[in-house]
Amino acid sequence: MTDESKSKGWFSRLSDGLKKSTSKLTDGLTSIVTKRKLDDEMLQEIEDLLLSADVGYATSHRLVGALKKKRFQQDVTVEEVKATLAEDLTSILKPLEHSLTFEDKPTVVFMVGVNGSGKTTTTGKLAAQWKAEGQKVRVVAADTFRAAAVEQLSVWADRADVPLEKGAANSDAAALVYSSYETSISEHDDILIVDTAGRLHTKSTLMEELKKVVRVTQKLSEKAPHYTVLVLDANIGQNTIQQVKLFQEAVNVNGLIITKLDGTAKAGIIIQLADAFKLPIHYLGVGEGIEDLQSFEAAAFIENLLSLKSLVDR
Amino acid sequence: MFSALSQKLTSILDKLKNRGSLTEDDVKGAMREVRIALLEADVALPVVRDFIAKATEKAIGQDVLKSITPGQMVVKIVHDTLVDVLGEAQELKLTHIPTVILMAGLQGSGKTTFSGKLAMYLQKRFSNKKILMESLDVYRPAAREQLKILAGQVGVTYAGYDSDKPVQIAEQALSKAKKEGYDVLILDTAGRLQIDDVLMQELEVVVKKTSPHEVLFVADSLIGQEAYTVAETFKQRIPLTGVVLTRVDGDGRGGAALSIRSVTGCPIRFLSVGEKLHELELFDPNRIADRILGMGDIVGLVERVTETLDQEESEALAKRMQKGLFDLNDFEKQLSNMLKMGGFGGIMNMLPGMSKLKDKIDETKIDEKVIHRQIAVIRSMTQKERKSPKLLNASRKRRIALGSGVEVQDVNRLLKQHQDMETIMKRMKKLGMSGLMKAGLKGLFNMK
Repeated sequence: MTDESKSKGWFSRLSDGLKKSTSKLTDGLTSIVTKRKLDDEMLQEIEDLLLSADVGYATSHRLVGALKKKRFQQDVTVEEVKATLAEDLTSILKPLEHSLTFEDKPTVVFMVGVNGSGKTTTTGKLAAQWKAEGQKVRVVAADTFRAAAVEQLSVWADRADVPLEKGAANSDAAALVYSSYETSISEHDDILIVDTAGRLHTKSTLMEELKKVVRVTQKLSEKAPHYTVLVLDANIGQNTIQQVKLFQEAVNVNGLIITKLDGTAKAGIIIQLADAFKLPIHYLGVGEGIEDLQSFEAAAFIENLLSLKSLVDR
Repeated sequence: MFSALSQKLTSILDKLKNRGSLTEDDVKGAMREVRIALLEADVALPVVRDFIAKATEKAIGQDVLKSITPGQMVVKIVHDTLVDVLGEAQELKLTHIPTVILMAGLQGSGKTTFSGKLAMYLQKRFSNKKILMESLDVYRPAAREQLKILAGQVGVTYAGYDSDKPVQIAEQALSKAKKEGYDVLILDTAGRLQIDDVLMQELEVVVKKTSPHEVLFVADSLIGQEAYTVAETFKQRIPLTGVVLTRVDGDGRGGAALSIRSVTGCPIRFLSVGEKLHELELFDPNRIADRILGMGDIVGLVERVTETLDQEESEALAKRMQKGLFDLNDFEKQLSNMLKMGGFGGIMNMLPGMSKLKDKIDETKIDEKVIHRQIAVIRSMTQKERKSPKLLNASRKRRIALGSGVEVQDVNRLLKQHQDMETIMKRMKKLGMSGLMKAGLKGLFNMK
């Protein structure tokens, strides 16, 4: 990491990461609403815009409905439309801000999700951040299936300078997690991060395997895992809803991390998720660097998404 | 993949299918619902707009509304538009030595796993091809290690040049492939964001230096609206030749297939359907479109109906039925049409939701022979008898049985069946052809 990027505050980093998504949405909005009557045609355009941001049909429809109720047939500017949208979004997203706390020693954090969502990378970033905050962290490479998954996490563990627990290829993940937890207890760790194998939520055998890992972990403490974090790829569309639903059913997911927000033009799925599940969002992944994992803050997120500031500048 | 979209579309179009007549508003209403279904299936908005515009134009043009089965014609139009968007099946060609195949895509789209699968597929498909693999992913920790392990599992050579410069690695792998007579060189690249200019430039240079014959865009089939921009940018920067969709075994609705195919104009080559190396499918647009519409192959049925049935004759028949008229001549015509359309099994296979019934038919062993025999029975009657079955007394029935080589009971059964159908016809005046078809089938069921 260069000094320049280090010195940037998290807000500007988040802004940078979200720039693409922001500009896409605002460019669109500006072209639709300069100062004209908010009529059905314009509402349809706004709805289309939300749709192409992966907000989803039902939610988009509802947001536009609310907009219509408030401002229909009035002369409006972009800022006004945005302010109205932002208001509604804040009420949806604000309650989801939530940072992790570590009362139990060790606090067990499970990273779960479908293949390629970014679990291992996120595990690496979290380990580094928490270690830097002075926590004693240990990571478990519980993906014993995918080729070189262990090696990948091992590189991250070295970077973060935290101990790594690993098993042989195709060995039993549950047994590995159990023994790692034991080690973690006896070593008086603060945090134990378990990077589980990616699995599609539709593969019932793999979901059963994940349940088993959880069950076995609970033999050492009923409270474990303290956090079961579902890692979601922001690029994924409506299927995200299914992923959350089935993972939650299987292993009682109690928080989300959304990755790859630096590239996607559409962060809209977050609104839909918030609406449907009310699960706290712990972090957003906005880049490849270790510090590119930011706490989720609704106001900043919405401000970025709708980019009120940049509008005033225009 | 596709199942949810298919259910949605089927239920929308079902409402139209059995309708005898449609107005322009009916079609537009259905298209509005199709639009929502496509959006919910993650088809990118520009693609949806285009799709709806095309399908609506076709459905309202072409005198569809005046045809006897407008609903089914609309179904067929939606299907054809789908097939059109999905493009043609096209296999990889290995005409060059070495044929260079390059992967490109976002992080986590599944390039490395697919590279392994492709190697295994090519090895099985062409047993005599020498395959070389190389990973240009110097960024993701252990990415190269991953491909090396996969190459080992497939049993092909992994080059593994030691460098941190992807372009250099690619050049070395290519010269090795040339020197040592490899037929195929598979180059796996690092995942990159389409807006990451540095990495996109690097990819351009790799393409320039290795002139790959195939540049495959590997994308997660679960990707949302973003599919459009990502695919568009990749297409602008490098000459894509094909698309690979991964994680097709999830419950995604498959909209990405439509979006990416539309934007790139490149054929979808493979569907990656699991974590194991052999879990790879060739892409067949027709089958996928059928799956999306969840219609068995109602389209094939409509096609066959339009092919085999004389339009005027059908209209005449339909008119008679509307009046509740249905004599043994009509019955015979229906039976012969059924035979033309591939008999019982053929029709059942193509009717949506009929698979359960099909098992029953197999159990009762009703086959085309039964239909032939019934036609024979009717043909052994005089014209008078066919028009007014009431004439048939015991001695006439004996004559007919003898003439068609069946027992008198068989004649009675046929008459009973005809009677049942006649009653149904009277009840069904409003349902039109398709309802009639089903009733006809059901009538036949009662026969033992």
